[in-house]
Amino acid sequence: MAKITMRQAITDALREEMIRDDNVFIMGEEVGVWGGTYAVTRGFIDEFGEKRVRDTPIAEMVIGGAAAGAAMNGLRPVAEFMTINFAFLALDAIINHAAKVHYMFGGHIKCPVVFRAPGGGGRQLGATHSHTPDAIFAHFPGLKVVSPGTPYDAKGLLKSAIRSDDPVLFIEHATLYQLRGEVPEGEEIIVPIGVSDVKREGSDVTIVAYAQGLSVAMDAANQLSNEGIEAEVVDLRSLRPLDMGPVLESFRKTYKAVVVEEGYRSYGIGSEIAARIQEEGFDYLDAPIKRVAQLEVPLPYSKDLEQAALINAPRVIEAVKEIV
Amino acid sequence: MDKSILMDWYRQMVLIRRFEQRCAELYQQGKIGGFLHLYIGQEAVAVGTIAAKADGDHVITAYRDHGHALAVGSDTNFVMAEMLGKATGVSKGKGGSMHLVDVERHFWGGYAIVGGHLPLATGIALAEQYKETGNAVLCYFGDGSTNIGYFHEALNLASVWNLPVVWIAENNQYGMGTAVDRASAVSELIKKASAYGMEGQRVNGMDVLEVYESSKAALDRARSGQGPQFIEMMTYRYEGHSMGDPLRYRTKDEVEKWREDDPIGVLERHILQDLDVDKDSLETIDQEVEQQIEEAVIFAEESPLPAAEELFTDIYVEA
Repeated sequence: MAKITMRQAITDALREEMIRDDNVFIMGEEVGVWGGTYAVTRGFIDEFGEKRVRDTPIAEMVIGGAAAGAAMNGLRPVAEFMTINFAFLALDAIINHAAKVHYMFGGHIKCPVVFRAPGGGGRQLGATHSHTPDAIFAHFPGLKVVSPGTPYDAKGLLKSAIRSDDPVLFIEHATLYQLRGEVPEGEEIIVPIGVSDVKREGSDVTIVAYAQGLSVAMDAANQLSNEGIEAEVVDLRSLRPLDMGPVLESFRKTYKAVVVEEGYRSYGIGSEIAARIQEEGFDYLDAPIKRVAQLEVPLPYSKDLEQAALINAPRVIEAVKEIV
Repeated sequence: MDKSILMDWYRQMVLIRRFEQRCAELYQQGKIGGFLHLYIGQEAVAVGTIAAKADGDHVITAYRDHGHALAVGSDTNFVMAEMLGKATGVSKGKGGSMHLVDVERHFWGGYAIVGGHLPLATGIALAEQYKETGNAVLCYFGDGSTNIGYFHEALNLASVWNLPVVWIAENNQYGMGTAVDRASAVSELIKKASAYGMEGQRVNGMDVLEVYESSKAALDRARSGQGPQFIEMMTYRYEGHSMGDPLRYRTKDEVEKWREDDPIGVLERHILQDLDVDKDSLETIDQEVEQQIEEAVIFAEESPLPAAEELFTDIYVEA
């Protein structure tokens, strides 16, 4: 089977959906002539024209708001924030508008917009360009938040997001663009939003992860296997709606869990997962649920310092060994 | 202008005013909760602009939205029911005074974050341009919105993309309690429009005829591909920003001075003096409006509250 990068998977999903539905269009900073600062939309402006591949000014409030408005009025915009850090400027458009109009107006308005946003640390971009603020966005009902960890899921989730009648934030971890994975050619790949997935089976401990954390978790699980510890790795894929089914099913088998995320530990995804495991699986709890997350510091520039704050396989292995 | 049209505008303005006066009473009685922002004094702007729009044109506004909802023709029963938080309300009781809506009439609602709906208007207009419908968008906002980032980003992009939007700045002299010249570097808001390639026009927003004529021309230009238009409507709200406004920022004399140009009074004088209409005809309209509002209040009061399970509906289209 063909192995392609996550970048290619995202590009393919966008292209396929644009061919399938004329109402799908792309807008954002440098998505057109430049071809996307992460090269995801390279060549699109030649293929689809300026009407459907729209360069915007550097103005995130209107990128977010105008995409929402176009979606309300019948189009299917895929609005790209050059990075999720810049989406902070559009928080109001995303949270107070895109995610609210359906409920606030009694179901009379729908807003089928997709916001794409690359993010994450580990690239020496300094404190303001390295956030993994997924939990902030996942906090609010009305918005769907997904973040794939494999090329296959990236392609399938993005296609679901574009076809969804609800607003979806599609978070791409920038260090995963080069990640290769199997994605069958010539067949329709759809991954439903709100469905977690077991990426590795094991019986000794449950590792819950997503996005770049999935790569870290899989690395750790493979190393642990050499030492005779078999971890089951559950990939959340969607943060809202959150599918706890496979997590709890795994936990009832292993009685122990480690949650891995690149965001901060406090008020994070791990906090949420840990709370839900104890609420819904208390009788199976054999050990404290461990959280492996970013250290509570603004990310520094200097390479080793930055890496020291981020998650990695040794930290996951250490957490597992504390409870197994 | 045809007499029947002017009589209809008179009816609409009286309806908006009496509707809101009744809302103020219901608010004092505790039947309307939350915030209540009255449009009284500004009626000519909503009525005159919306009269100028074609069926396919869109309307979107801020939280002072009762006038726009009634002017697009939303059913007074359902609007009043929304004010009272009832299941029969235009937003099923989930929006309230600030979030009226009527998508069938292309009214995209009232929005409560200052400036937040301006980019939505840009996007709604983009969809019309994209689909090549020839429809335009009327986007209303107060003078206070022109100082927020949203305003500048939304106007800029609409101009860059040559979108069919008519920006209606309702300059009622105050953003909450702060006078325009205390909050804006330039007091003439049309100067801000010029930064985004629009000539802009300042209009007497107390005269529904002037409002209509300027809006009609602007909508025609927007529809014919001449890009976004900007009209600054000079107007005034007689009541406070919301209920419970101490009104320390202006004098009674100032309010009285504006009342001399009351939009309903101006039109009434025009109808009585220049057209062959007697006072009884207008009083008949007044009484019919009273009746309509009374029926709306009864409808709203008798309507059921939203069912408990409504709490969890419409969060998402797809569960």
